Amino acid sequence: MDKQYRIITFIILGITLVFLIQLFKLQVLNDTYKKKADENALREITEHPARGLVYDRNDSLLVYNDAAYDLMVVPNEIRDFDTADLCKKLDISKEELMNRIEKARYYSKMKPSIVAQQMSKANYGYLQEKLYKFPGFFVQNRTLRHYPKPIAAHILGYVGEVDQKILEEDQYYQMGDYIGISGIEKAYEQELRGTKGKRVVLVDVHNRVMGSYKNGEEDENSIQGLSLWSTIDMQLQEYGEKLMENKRGSIVAIEPATGEILCIVSTPTYDPNLLVGSARSKNYNALLQDTKRVPLFDRALQAMYPPGSTFKLANGLIALQEGIITPKTQYACGGGYNMGSHTVKCHAHPNFPDLIYGIATSCNTYFCRAYYNILSNRKKYKTIQEAYQAWKDYINTLGFGVKFDTDLPYETKGIIPSVEFFNKRYNNSWNGNSVVSMGIGQGEAAVTPIQMANFVAIIANRGYYFKPHVIRAIGNKDTPNDRYAEKIDCGFDKNHFDALIEGMEQAVLQGTARSVQIPGIKMLGKTGTAQNPHGKDHSVFVCIAPKEEPKIVVFCLVENGGFGATVAAPIASLITEFYLNREIKRNDLEKRIIEMSIL
Amino acid sequence: MIKEVQLGSNEFDIQLILYYLALLIVGWITIFSTSYNPTAEDFFNLGNAYTRQLIFMGSSFIIAILILLMKGQYYSYMAYPVYLFCLLLMILVIFIGTEINGAHAWIKIGNFSIQPTEFCKFGMALALAKFFSEGKTAQEKRNKWITAFGMIAVPVFIIMLQKDMGSALVFFSFIFLFYRIGLTGWVLVVGGTAAALFLFTLYTKEIYAFALVTAIFIVFWILNRKNRKKLVRNAVIYVVAIIFITAANWSYNSMLEPHQKERIDILLGKVNDPQGKGYNLNQSKIAIGSGGFFGKGYRNGTQTKLNFVPEQHTDFIFCGIGEEWGFVGSLVICALFVGLILRILKLSERQRDPFVKYYGYGIAGIIFFHFFINIGMTIGLLPIIGIPLPLISYGGSSLWAFTIMLFVFIKLDYR
Repeated sequence: MDKQYRIITFIILGITLVFLIQLFKLQVLNDTYKKKADENALREITEHPARGLVYDRNDSLLVYNDAAYDLMVVPNEIRDFDTADLCKKLDISKEELMNRIEKARYYSKMKPSIVAQQMSKANYGYLQEKLYKFPGFFVQNRTLRHYPKPIAAHILGYVGEVDQKILEEDQYYQMGDYIGISGIEKAYEQELRGTKGKRVVLVDVHNRVMGSYKNGEEDENSIQGLSLWSTIDMQLQEYGEKLMENKRGSIVAIEPATGEILCIVSTPTYDPNLLVGSARSKNYNALLQDTKRVPLFDRALQAMYPPGSTFKLANGLIALQEGIITPKTQYACGGGYNMGSHTVKCHAHPNFPDLIYGIATSCNTYFCRAYYNILSNRKKYKTIQEAYQAWKDYINTLGFGVKFDTDLPYETKGIIPSVEFFNKRYNNSWNGNSVVSMGIGQGEAAVTPIQMANFVAIIANRGYYFKPHVIRAIGNKDTPNDRYAEKIDCGFDKNHFDALIEGMEQAVLQGTARSVQIPGIKMLGKTGTAQNPHGKDHSVFVCIAPKEEPKIVVFCLVENGGFGATVAAPIASLITEFYLNREIKRNDLEKRIIEMSIL
Repeated sequence: MIKEVQLGSNEFDIQLILYYLALLIVGWITIFSTSYNPTAEDFFNLGNAYTRQLIFMGSSFIIAILILLMKGQYYSYMAYPVYLFCLLLMILVIFIGTEINGAHAWIKIGNFSIQPTEFCKFGMALALAKFFSEGKTAQEKRNKWITAFGMIAVPVFIIMLQKDMGSALVFFSFIFLFYRIGLTGWVLVVGGTAAALFLFTLYTKEIYAFALVTAIFIVFWILNRKNRKKLVRNAVIYVVAIIFITAANWSYNSMLEPHQKERIDILLGKVNDPQGKGYNLNQSKIAIGSGGFFGKGYRNGTQTKLNFVPEQHTDFIFCGIGEEWGFVGSLVICALFVGLILRILKLSERQRDPFVKYYGYGIAGIIFFHFFINIGMTIGLLPIIGIPLPLISYGGSSLWAFTIMLFVFIKLDYR
């Protein structure tokens, strides 16, 4: 064998050895190529679960889902594509498209982001077919909320895209995902959102889906969110919104035995279908800019009003509990409560009312005096501060000045001023008369409609309540929502409620609310007129019906409605009548109320 | 041993035939894997690469059998005519050829295209073997090498005109033959140094190459300062090196096509653009690298099957093997090639007839260069140069040409 033969053999073997070393490096020592190969060929498509449905208390659908198609993009996979064609299909400018892609790139280069929401069926079909022309883009199915009736916007709330903050905090969400932003969509987000599924598919170099990966071994089906059964009576809600049309205010109706909210109206309101899908932000801004009607403001939970005369019931109750009065206690009225410097005026009614009559006629003097006496009980409380704190504790127990943590987000707790507040204001030198206007529901105290309604439920229940809530069952109609199963006792003697109930009955039979009696139903009521420093007083009414076994309590407040009996009382009584009888016999009253406009 | 060298073989070399069949079968199942589409048309559709390859294989077997049946002694006589005929065909291509993948190197006949370049390698091997075997003494043979260079330069020039870099490079494979004939080992050393200097020039700047050469020159000048003869030689080599660098730089900048320059730049790491110009190399490495040790399994290769790798059944077919059969499969393929080439060389060594011996060295070099350039490019050691992997890549011309090359050798070996 020649030297040349051996050298050539050596060269061949040497080069082959170099190849094998390089192959070993690429194939065995280096992991990155495996990852890159998966990035190339595997696309994880998130299967978005449909959100849970929402039924009303009679199994009618309040919220359901519609199909929608979003165009998604994985920024890293974008190659040259016909921008003009895509812009035309999406009906956006090139700058806008580039903007959206840049935004997606900022979020993640590898994870998909939404480029365009809710494309038309025609565009969906076109893009699905021509997807290979747009590498990096794909279409994803989604569902959109839809509301069969344009009601209950504030309760139901709305969903929107998750923001950057949530994306950073919660791994569940990806950019473009929807999340409940208000109402029960927010409160029950965990239940409603369901479980995401995924499909791993193979895509070719042109971004065409070529089939499932490993025969779908790694796929997971999405699971629809749990359905919710609301406590809301859809028809009642609709009726309430109709009555409140062209009025500013709120209705809250509660089933006292359970704390279930039957309807909760806040007007002016909006059609919840406006805040769905791609039109959402545009419509949202329009609603936000409507500073005259402020439709996004949920008055039932967030508006703070002077409690008005209905607060007299609370103070009467506390006076009874404190032993300041008995139901028989009479106070001289004489047209007003004289504090020396000035007088809280009262209206014309017989002198010397007792508690029941005081409630029926809404006597200011009676409750100023009772409130003053509570705060001046130096046998029990050494100082005004101690006495006031005791009263405040009672009031808080009754649900005022505190939050319920109901299942409707964004409630306000109202204002029941603290001892420190008055100490500061009066330089530590104050007495019952300094704050006496709170005795009749004016002055510094401020409450929300839901707090008032709940207080009325406490009266109806004679001393206890369940936290007001709007969802009664989750997942299954017969699986009760146990968040609100706790019965909360307010600690008052049950017998004290007799006088309140009697007073409220009298108010309807012969007092301030005579005009809103419902034929055939024994209703208890209490009018109120919440003083409004900015304009005409607010009309307030609370009622309980039927007396024997209360099925509904209603709170109604109409801003600038004047006396309680003018607007709020008729509305509350119509609501009661509708709920109990399912029909309205007092058509003239109904017509008058619907046509009334106080905006 | 001596007897074997004297007489050659009494039967067709079964080892070579087995290597041939093994590579052919591996090739076909890989082509099938990379181009099979379960939703597409039936198996026997001529549009399928794997179906067409079956036809090429069948016809190759017929060619092989015909070669084995025909008499062997005519090849020596026919060497020059075949060479000239191939040249003629290639010239014809310039006028009536069609362009495929940037190379103007094909003659279209109906549904099929043939690439005369592939056959020209065979013609070249025959002609050079004949040419060198005509020399009587070793010295006489050595003196013929300038003419031999000329014989090679003609087809290389034509191929350059066809813009088929890869095939042109293959003609350098005859360096093995030249070396075997007794051209001094300096051929290899000078060639290697030149290649290294060439790459260095391209990789850095001209000025650094000048600096390097000058530094080496100064070192040698100091070492040899007492030997006048060596000093002169040093000076000559230095001047040649400077001229070479200038020429390399000039040819790189003015002669190479932009895409060829890019390929070299990418390989040298001067350009990092995995999505654009570096796409082929990047995808090729991803496909092979993702195969791991044992591979993803037959027809589970996502990169090749889903077309991420370009030309995955022709020039980049090794990606399919690397991806689906992993390092083990790659090793087996390398072993088959090396086995085939070394077997050819071994059989060549035992030939009595220098014509057969030189022919064997010629085709061993051709096969090795194909193997070297093709796999080298797929694993990122060489620039992307379009050239098939012998017997494995899809393509009729290439398969026929290698079949002819190999079986003529088997026939010549059989005496």
